[in-house]
Amino acid sequence: MDPRRTARTVSDPKVRQVGFFTPPPDHAISDPPRHHDPIQSPSQSSPPVNDRSPSDSSLSPVMIPPPRHHSDALLRTALQATSPTKPFSPSTRTVMIPPENKDLRSPGRKVVYGKSPSSFSGVKASSVPASELTTVSVVNLALGISVEGKILTAEEAGGASVEVQNDRRASSKPLKEKTSKAERRALQEAQRAAKAAAKAEGSKASSSASKVVTSENTKPIKATKPSSQKNDGSQVAASDKKGGDRAPEKDRKKDAPHPRMQYDDTSRVEKAKKRAVVKQTEARNRVELFRHLPQYEHGTQLPDLETKFFELDPMHPALYKVGLQYLSGDIYGGNARCIAMLQAFKEAIKDYSTPPEKTLIRDLTARISSYVSFLIECRPLSISMGNAIKFLKSRIAKLPLALSESEAKTTLMLDIDRFINEKIILADKVIVEHAVTKISDGDVLLTYGASSAVEMILLHAHELGKEFRVVVVDSHPKLEGQLLLRRLVRKGLSCTYTHVNAVSYIMHEVTRVFLGASSVLSNGTVYSRVGTACVAMVAHAFRVPVLVCCEAYKFHERVQLDSICSNELGNPDAISKVHGREEINYLDGLVNCENLQLLNLIYDATPSDYVSMVITDYGMVPPTSVPVIVREYRREHLWS
Amino acid sequence: MWWRSPSFILDRQQQQQQNDSVPPNPESLFLSSSPPSMADSLQNPKSNISAYYQTRAAHHAVVTSDWLAQAQAAVGRLPDDDDSSGSERKAAPTGGGGGGVRGGKVFSVINEFNNWRKQPDLAEAVAAIRALAAVIRASEATTMMELEIELKKASDSLKSWDTTSISLTAGCDLFMRYVTRTSALEYEDFNSARSRLIERAEKFGEISCKARRIIAMLSQDFIFDGCTILVHGFSRVVLEVLKTAAQNKKLFRVFCTEGRPDRTGLRLSNELAKLDVPVKLLIDSAVAYSMDEVDMVIVGADGVVESGGIINMMGTYQIALVAHRMNKPVYVTAESYKFARLYPLDQKDMAPALRPIDFGVPIPSKVEVETSARDYTPPQYLTLLFTDLGVLTPSVVSDELIQLYL
Repeated sequence: MDPRRTARTVSDPKVRQVGFFTPPPDHAISDPPRHHDPIQSPSQSSPPVNDRSPSDSSLSPVMIPPPRHHSDALLRTALQATSPTKPFSPSTRTVMIPPENKDLRSPGRKVVYGKSPSSFSGVKASSVPASELTTVSVVNLALGISVEGKILTAEEAGGASVEVQNDRRASSKPLKEKTSKAERRALQEAQRAAKAAAKAEGSKASSSASKVVTSENTKPIKATKPSSQKNDGSQVAASDKKGGDRAPEKDRKKDAPHPRMQYDDTSRVEKAKKRAVVKQTEARNRVELFRHLPQYEHGTQLPDLETKFFELDPMHPALYKVGLQYLSGDIYGGNARCIAMLQAFKEAIKDYSTPPEKTLIRDLTARISSYVSFLIECRPLSISMGNAIKFLKSRIAKLPLALSESEAKTTLMLDIDRFINEKIILADKVIVEHAVTKISDGDVLLTYGASSAVEMILLHAHELGKEFRVVVVDSHPKLEGQLLLRRLVRKGLSCTYTHVNAVSYIMHEVTRVFLGASSVLSNGTVYSRVGTACVAMVAHAFRVPVLVCCEAYKFHERVQLDSICSNELGNPDAISKVHGREEINYLDGLVNCENLQLLNLIYDATPSDYVSMVITDYGMVPPTSVPVIVREYRREHLWS
Repeated sequence: MWWRSPSFILDRQQQQQQNDSVPPNPESLFLSSSPPSMADSLQNPKSNISAYYQTRAAHHAVVTSDWLAQAQAAVGRLPDDDDSSGSERKAAPTGGGGGGVRGGKVFSVINEFNNWRKQPDLAEAVAAIRALAAVIRASEATTMMELEIELKKASDSLKSWDTTSISLTAGCDLFMRYVTRTSALEYEDFNSARSRLIERAEKFGEISCKARRIIAMLSQDFIFDGCTILVHGFSRVVLEVLKTAAQNKKLFRVFCTEGRPDRTGLRLSNELAKLDVPVKLLIDSAVAYSMDEVDMVIVGADGVVESGGIINMMGTYQIALVAHRMNKPVYVTAESYKFARLYPLDQKDMAPALRPIDFGVPIPSKVEVETSARDYTPPQYLTLLFTDLGVLTPSVVSDELIQLYL
């Protein structure tokens, strides 16, 4: 068995030979190490069933791996340096740009929000017009620091988040181990009350403050924010300020944006809002379980933003456009959104020039981060977009220092093009090639919603002359299936259209179910348009194979067990109103009712038990093999 | 004795035919009504019978005269001209793929393969790889690329010759994978690379035997004293496992299913009786009846597919279902060269492998007969796979395949 071990590095058979090895007669042949397996040493002789290389241990499929970017260490030191009781002068409101921007997937922080540092760096005391607001925010800030650690831990103990995360704060928060859950809860309550009181002392309306005191289950406060606090290109100005006060900077670091901010933490949300470019109005009545997700009134902010198009200096117009398109729903679908974002980044990089006394690598990363936080404001990122951003940032970070600016820019633009071509367009072609082998004459294929990959598969199979029927299952409120149906029917496929309500009826005659996915997670869970889980479960009950088509760049090493802890909330009005049929709009006038909660979920999670096969650009694999692909190819995508 | 069985005689006759390339063969008149020609020697599975299962039957089955009659009938059913033209079509690409003309004799990879696989102890994949090695030897290529193309052609023709044999396909793929990943650059010159490939292929038979021994060693931990093992069909690996257990002085008894239609179970029980292992024969339909007494099920596999499920002789699926329902572990023994890049979604999602079935009485022509030789057992009904890579759960199979082929 040992030869099998060595075989992975001995290059003679560069294959990791399965049952096909003889120990090479001469080991003199040099071994070019396999690029993604540098740690493996030939002397290793662990039992064969054992895990692969030691480097994999950090990427255990059931754990969220520690984030791998450098700013991480800085953050930790910053946290450690910040004593909870550190005196804090309200006057030191100047802000420095942190030398490094937090990466998008910021490490181990759940209860953190805010914009990217560069987007809020312009917040200066002088720029805040209403003085009372300044005091409020300062108090907020001071309290925020002293309280933060405990809030975090309390949140954790309370199971606010189901996710497994590496707790990087453990070392800097000795308090965590000492206090019991109840104590921490009490402490948190007290601090919240104190904070609320402080707020009340300010000019805030006492009614909102009392809400905070009563319980954390109250509706989030709709804050009226100063509208002038926008990203006004003060990066240079801010960095010119005296760098004497470290505390605010550290604080800023803590406020770095997190893609999955917990929106039920009111103080955090308030802070985040102050820095927001997009002024979203929050929906009123949110369903209890989903309060940690952002939910906005749609359509209110668009005209406002459009007028700002020429004012926002630091935001590149291409990105601004894409953001608005996300916001208005003009661009939807995982691949389309990802490609649009990458194209916008390409534009931005094309027009980018490094400011004096800065390095391209750092400044561009910061710039990208600020763009990303803007995009998040418009619509939460999809996992595929997160992966693409991670790719881009790793490419920036890996740029050789010797490269001139124009060369670096060209390299990056080529990289982006390569990513779009290889990981999205070519991947789709490969998926189609694989998937058509599973379609045979006489099949009845069912699909749900509108997946671009599934559409390509169906059209290709039709072109090949296969005789099959398609059942398009659709659901309110988006009715995306109709778009798919339109394109299929036009190409001459014979189709059946039905809504998800009838799926258990129609499933009798179906022989294969093809589904698209927004992401496939490490435990095989398929994260996709809401309703997919329902279709997959019905198919499973009818013993119909469920094939999920998903490009490998959408895979993520996260593990998710339900659709609650990470999801996206759509416009609640979309489900309360039926357009064009006034006579059945029974909910008119009830939308603002206190005891009515509307839930318009966008995604759901399908457990891997209901998935027969995942078709990806690396072939057809069982859902249990998703972590293998993540493990084997993630490095190649992102860190090579 | 099985080697005196009609099927073996039939096969030997075929082999003889294949060996002498002189077309007119008097014996073939006895064999079938089709005109004697190269066609017979290149007789292919399109004659409704899976060549793979025919070989298996020839190797270790107790076959009746009915089987022979049916096999003959199947051969005879072939339209004459279609068959010969088919073989010529086939001969042309293999001639090209299998290398140049050597000593005026056309080299055919399929003939080579057929010669090898007549040896009962040789696994199908080994035969395939030996045949490919012969291609390398016969090849007149001077660059790695040429050799690769030739090999590709040869392996494609081998694969299309018998689409039903998973280990043949897997063996070809495996060897091709090895060839493509071995570039001449790593060696000083093309010739050393070539001799390396041949050497590798030669050793593969050894590897296959070694794999069986490894599996037998690994499985010993799972066989405990006093256990009852249900086996299905005849598998060389399973036999090796049980043999090793018997040598280790373990006390166990074995239930053998009959293994219709080629009654491979009978052969296994014969072998086990020689080892003084207590054996009980069951008819195939008595599996559920006796499952209560069984402690574990051990089966071989024709192929292990990407989902972690197995393709094996007909009846494995229902045994696995029954065992799963009664919470008995199902262990699969399979050499890793049986891992195939296949992913059947259901039973019908495989290339059909048919074989004649002897019912003992004449069947009216109106009655349809299910002649499929194998079924697919999904991974959720399997407990563990004993392979030469170690003891794996079904989901690891795909892991291995991804690392091997991607």
